[in-house]
Amino acid sequence: MIMSAKVDTSLPLEYQTEQDRMNILGFWVFLGAEIVLFATLFGVYGVLYERFAGGPTHKDIFVIKDVMIQTVLLLTSSFTMGIAIFEMRRHNLKGLIIWLVITLALGAGFLFMEINEFIHYAHEGATMQTSAFLSSLFVLLGTHGAHVTLGIGWATMVIIQLLKRGLTPTTARKTFIIGLYWHFLDVVWIFIFTFVYLKGLVA
Amino acid sequence: MKKILLSLTALLPLLVLSGCNMVVFEPQGPVARSITDLINWSLIWMLLVVVVVFGLFGYIVWKYRERPENKDYEPPEEHGSTLLEIIWTGIPILIVIALTIPTVKTLYALEEAPKGYEEKEPITIHVTSADWKWIFSYPEQGIETVNYVNIPEDTPVLFKMTSASTMQSFWVPALGGQKYTMPKMETEMYLVADNPGSYDGQNTNFNGRGYADMKFEVLAQTDEKFNEWLADVKETAPKLTESEYDDLLKPTHMGRLTFSNTHLEWVNHADPHSKAYTNPELYRGHGYQGKTFEEEDNYKSNQPNVMENHGQGGHDESEDNHGGDHNEH
Amino acid sequence: MKAKITMEVTIMSIKWDEFFITGDPLILGSQIAIVLTMIGAVAGITYLKKWKYLWTEWLTTVDHKKIGMMYIISAVLMFFRGGMDGLLMKAQTAQPEMGFLDSQHYNEIFTTHGVIMILFMAMPFLIGLMNVVIPLQIGARDVAFPQLNALSFWLFFSGAMLFNISFVIGGSPDAGWTSYFPLAGKEFSPGIGNNFYAVALQIAGIGTLMTGINFIVTILKMRTKGMTLMKMPMFTWTTFVTSILIVAAFPIFTVALALMTFDRLYGTHFFTVSGGGMDMLWANLFWLWGHPEVYIVALPAFGIFSEVISTFSRKSLFGYKSMVFSILGIALLSMVVWVHHFYTMGSGPAVNSFFSITTMAIAIPTGVKMFNWLFTMRKGRIKISSAMLWALAFVPCFVIGGVTGVMLAMGAADYQYHNTLFLVAHFHYVLIPGVVFAVFAGLYYWWPKMFGFMLNEKIGKWHFWLFVIGFNVTFMPMFFLGLNGAVRRAYTYSAESGFAPLFMLSAIGSIILAAGFAVFCYNIYWSIRYADRNISSDPWDARTLEWSTASPVQFYNFAKLQEVKSLDPFWHMKKKNEGLTLYDSEIEEIHMPSNSWLPIYMGVIFGIAGFLLVFEWHIAAALAAIGIFAGLIIRSFDYNEGFHVKKDEIHRIENAWRKTEGEVHDHVS
Ligand code: HEM
Ligand SMILES: [Cu+2]
Ligand SMILES: [Cu+2]
Repeated sequence: MIMSAKVDTSLPLEYQTEQDRMNILGFWVFLGAEIVLFATLFGVYGVLYERFAGGPTHKDIFVIKDVMIQTVLLLTSSFTMGIAIFEMRRHNLKGLIIWLVITLALGAGFLFMEINEFIHYAHEGATMQTSAFLSSLFVLLGTHGAHVTLGIGWATMVIIQLLKRGLTPTTARKTFIIGLYWHFLDVVWIFIFTFVYLKGLVA
Repeated sequence: MKKILLSLTALLPLLVLSGCNMVVFEPQGPVARSITDLINWSLIWMLLVVVVVFGLFGYIVWKYRERPENKDYEPPEEHGSTLLEIIWTGIPILIVIALTIPTVKTLYALEEAPKGYEEKEPITIHVTSADWKWIFSYPEQGIETVNYVNIPEDTPVLFKMTSASTMQSFWVPALGGQKYTMPKMETEMYLVADNPGSYDGQNTNFNGRGYADMKFEVLAQTDEKFNEWLADVKETAPKLTESEYDDLLKPTHMGRLTFSNTHLEWVNHADPHSKAYTNPELYRGHGYQGKTFEEEDNYKSNQPNVMENHGQGGHDESEDNHGGDHNEH
Repeated sequence: MKAKITMEVTIMSIKWDEFFITGDPLILGSQIAIVLTMIGAVAGITYLKKWKYLWTEWLTTVDHKKIGMMYIISAVLMFFRGGMDGLLMKAQTAQPEMGFLDSQHYNEIFTTHGVIMILFMAMPFLIGLMNVVIPLQIGARDVAFPQLNALSFWLFFSGAMLFNISFVIGGSPDAGWTSYFPLAGKEFSPGIGNNFYAVALQIAGIGTLMTGINFIVTILKMRTKGMTLMKMPMFTWTTFVTSILIVAAFPIFTVALALMTFDRLYGTHFFTVSGGGMDMLWANLFWLWGHPEVYIVALPAFGIFSEVISTFSRKSLFGYKSMVFSILGIALLSMVVWVHHFYTMGSGPAVNSFFSITTMAIAIPTGVKMFNWLFTMRKGRIKISSAMLWALAFVPCFVIGGVTGVMLAMGAADYQYHNTLFLVAHFHYVLIPGVVFAVFAGLYYWWPKMFGFMLNEKIGKWHFWLFVIGFNVTFMPMFFLGLNGAVRRAYTYSAESGFAPLFMLSAIGSIILAAGFAVFCYNIYWSIRYADRNISSDPWDARTLEWSTASPVQFYNFAKLQEVKSLDPFWHMKKKNEGLTLYDSEIEEIHMPSNSWLPIYMGVIFGIAGFLLVFEWHIAAALAAIGIFAGLIIRSFDYNEGFHVKKDEIHRIENAWRKTEGEVHDHVS
């Protein structure tokens, strides 16, 4: 905004103005903060994960099949997000929007599964208030889930702007950033899958 | 600058005056003495640092201050000196090493019975801190005291510490350093008293309204006197019952109590699976009240509002919603 | 229980007699004072017809300089509040068994004192100076994200107000600024006081985190041409490293506070005694953030001293490179020392040894800085202005804080110092010279840049001597009290303890300290009324780029962006007389961001939602939170591109200040 909008057309759309480059760098730094945030939550889970206080344990509540479906949904959505950005680079607005919508649908599917999972846990008598283990589990999963929810809402805003304004450096930058965000959530999920579910079932 | 120094020197006499009776510098046992030695060692080095830096500072500021005569002096362009950087990185490293070695040694030594006392059989006393009192259980002797603890002189005492409520810290500065007491955990500490005498102990870790008065007395006695006292307690002191104990754990202040059994018979708060003796209702103070949660393992009194008085000087703190004046204790 | 017995006045199912804190003259007095001040302010602004001005020039501004000033004004107010807390405590402990405050009040007061001083005084004061100075020092026209910057401020402000209101509404937090569990949990603190801690600090913390991100990008991307990293002024360097520390440490606090909120509001078991919770987990998380936080405030302060010492010694900073490496070293080490706050937890000698060593190691880079400052002054020509006085007093006072810090770092010795007044004396000897002296130095130094006139030097000296002497008299006795067994956070002590004389001395010191602060306020008042407006844009003959533009700085900062060839660029420009004149041909249109109402809107709505959450009115809080999302959506659809400053206008503004430059008075003599 400050720099007069010098446009360097040799770069991809989202990198063409200085302000857009700064926004993208800023978002990377923000993701750095998010990494610390999730690392802390993982640390907390790591400390509390065997404190059942007489309540259910990992094995009592985890349903591996559902978790696998969630994982496939989210991994696929990360892939389709990649295709969306690829379409953006090709200046194919229609392709971009279609793939974005597919991504969000997969994300919504993931959320649906996760909410079901939580309901299932509650039925088993495993709530956030039951034990330290469950508190940390719910907050870790819930924080990730809340991020996915926010991502879906945010991406919807971006899609509306793409429809209204077409592909401009600004909309391209917004799309690119939401893409980064989405991949990040996918990586976090891989960690959750490994350190929460696999470890819980193996232990 | 001059005035800073002046104000500092003005404080010196006070330092000397109070220095002669600072408890940390008058250790009354080998544990405290080892810490005091460490502190004295560090003081020498720190004094050296202070002297060097203050001296350099005074010299430079005095010499290079702006004066009418040097108005035309243009300071040189100067960017630094590798040699000097090495010197003032190197020397502090040496000082840190000089401090690290005895620190680590003392840290390890403090975990065990003090040197020279390894031979002597230690006696074990369980410390349970509660809001806002100290409970001492002698499992081998089968007695329990509240807010005071008698120990034999020249004998290592192993304190096994835990808490029945918040986190507290057990400190008898004349005899040694402090350690936290935590619910569902156990920490350990050795103390030895050289001579018979009375030493002040207290909680240093803030734990609410009654914190400032959470004190106890350590009375070191000759073996003979100590055994006399034991026998006397066993004979005359009442037995502690579970329901009395429940009341004891309510957030109150009280005087001293003595029993001829220990609460370890039914609960050891150091056990991670022991039930929690907390009742938030007893901690209500002023201001807007929030929701509390009922826990399965929580202690619930049938009549949270009615409290009996215990023994000497018992006083119901929870009646006093505003924290109140504790001066009467 | 009395609370149950007293009449419960319930309208709309709110217990109003619990809602407003009643029954204490001190609090009643503040309630009345707050209401009167608010009425007075509203009436005053209305009478002077300043609402529009306030709104367009300040409340909606995205100008980094104005945002910086708003930070500083808030910080001074918070200093007043925190200082009052300090005085109340000193009054209560002036004599043994005083009945001035009861234990509950004392507990609330040291809690709010600690939180306010660190998070709502030290942080905003430094962030305010950073805001004003950094873009100027790197020769830029604003920060990378001006609107985000305004949002940071309003979130901080909203958090600070929410926290302060607890004194009169709902009840103050009372578990210490560290709010250790289980004490701070619902099990032992069922009142909502500690909800204020959890929620208000969360809101302010989010603002701080965004400031960190903003300054990292600003410093990485917006430095003027030729300013490589190793040519950045030292204050810019320290701000940069502090911003990295903010991004690395604040998310930990965010999580810790969120978990605290869950424990207190929704019955989870992170830190509780029951349900498998772990109280020490809180202590670990808190200090994982808390120790870096100490350096987050100390590093920029070091930067300020570096600028001031170099300017007033008329020399460039000695050992620039080692200064940079030492701040990096301090920052790294600061992440691995947190356990020194609880050696006494019984983690074993190996753990304690490790953290003793890392902690003592911090003294090494700090010592390097100390000697470099001393050698910057050596062979200089030291002008003892008010700003420089603070930097000078910093050296000996901070050394005392430093050596006692090393003593505390020695795990085994800490068993005797821990939680005593020795510790309290130590951290005041670090924080007051290290932060308060620095912000005073910075304020005296940059005041003319901000406002176009100086603070009075003579009154400044009174301010200085009263404050520094008062500070030493207040806190020096606490070292000895601590060594004699006086514990921290105790609202009273017995007459037999023998503590009375030193406590009294300390209380007298705090009165002198307060007098110093009063003189400071008077200096601001005096200078606004009477100070000479006709000063040069470079009154100190300084060295960095902020002094190369007008005072007060024009809203676009620089008509032309400078090219930099060395450290202390402005100094060399003056020496070589190049780049000082602006030619007509160099003037180009300047693009600037527009004001926005969104940041203040977000601050208000966060404050409302937070307030409702504190009172555990969950549905209302959720409704208010919708307002937050609405704000985010509006922001997403906001395509305001800012505006352009026309050449004519730049011409006019530049001419105005460059013309008068010839005939200014030299005020520093
Ligand atoms: C301006 C004069 C000041 C006075 C008179 C003062 C006085 C005090 C006193 C009496 C205590 C409590 C001692 C106790 O009973 O434990 C205290 C605690 C504290 N002070 Fe200050 N202080 C001042 C400035 C500051 C500043 C500038 C900072 C930080 C930048 C600060 C940070 C703290 C903190 C963090 C605590 C600990 C609070 C707690 O125990 O939870 N103080 N101060
Ligand atoms: Cu523990
Ligand atoms: Cu620390």
